[in-house]
Amino acid sequence: MHIPDGFLSPEVAATTAAVTAGVLAYSLRRADAALDERRVPLVGVTGAFIFAAQMLNFPVAGGTSGHFMGAALAAILLGPWLACLVMAVVLATQAFVFADGGITALGANILNMGVIGALGVGAAMLAARHLLGRAGLRSRGLLLALAGIGAWTAVMAGAAATAFELSISGTVPLGTVLPAMLGVHVLIGVGEAVVTIAAVSAVLATRPDLIAVSDLRPEEIGRPAPGMVTP
Amino acid sequence: MRLRLFTILALAVAVGLAVAASPYASSSPDGLERVAGDEGFADDGRLHAIQDDAPVPDYTFPGIEDSRPATALAGFVGTLLVFGLGYGLAALLRRRRPAPT
Repeated sequence: MHIPDGFLSPEVAATTAAVTAGVLAYSLRRADAALDERRVPLVGVTGAFIFAAQMLNFPVAGGTSGHFMGAALAAILLGPWLACLVMAVVLATQAFVFADGGITALGANILNMGVIGALGVGAAMLAARHLLGRAGLRSRGLLLALAGIGAWTAVMAGAAATAFELSISGTVPLGTVLPAMLGVHVLIGVGEAVVTIAAVSAVLATRPDLIAVSDLRPEEIGRPAPGMVTP
Repeated sequence: MRLRLFTILALAVAVGLAVAASPYASSSPDGLERVAGDEGFADDGRLHAIQDDAPVPDYTFPGIEDSRPATALAGFVGTLLVFGLGYGLAALLRRRRPAPT
């Protein structure tokens, strides 16, 4: 879903870049509250996994492929603010080092593939905690459902945002591009959900305390960490 | 599991995927590329001038003739680069945090 330069009008590129810059600046201010010592290596590992998984295009219907995006996974592991920052690191590296995704379109790409999904899933986690209380998020099933639904929705929302930006730019009419983008990403979003659930499951099985949904202690989410000393 | 072991294992999974699986990834157009092709605006896309000098254009490490090892090496370098950038950013942010009083 990486937009190259040339697809967006200068106005749309500048507007999306300004929105993204504002969110990233706010994320930098908010992120350190989420950064206890454990989370420093996790930021690097999450970015590395998302970068690697984004390289693995899988075939979907009709000679089209999709690849992992990662915003929902980042939000669940790191919280929404660090997730925005780590998605920006991944997408900027792809643009500058690998010529994947435009430079003037970088703000739009971070918005579509990072910010929208990260803040959306972050809001869903907050809502779940508000509705169900801390105890609700101790449920492994609820967390995995959030991962799957959040991942699929993040891809669809990113596809819709891309379609709106392309149509406002005058590149292609909305009535054409919106159904086309949503249609092709229905299946890509299922791939996103599968990878996100698998990755969250793996973290739950090994270090459940690293899940950012809350400040829960390890024994409060899913299975306790092996070898953990319980009082 | 200790945090250092978790970090090493998770990074190994990422690097392993990038090196071993990326050369066999589908080369079909992705969702947006497909729509751009179908709706006739694919040709509007171009590289930015500074991307002409991108170190590893299109995930193919330069100077390697065979495309599969070239992609695997690109995945190896990129995964470790993003790990380093993410770790470094987080370490900087944490150091900036004022000490609790």
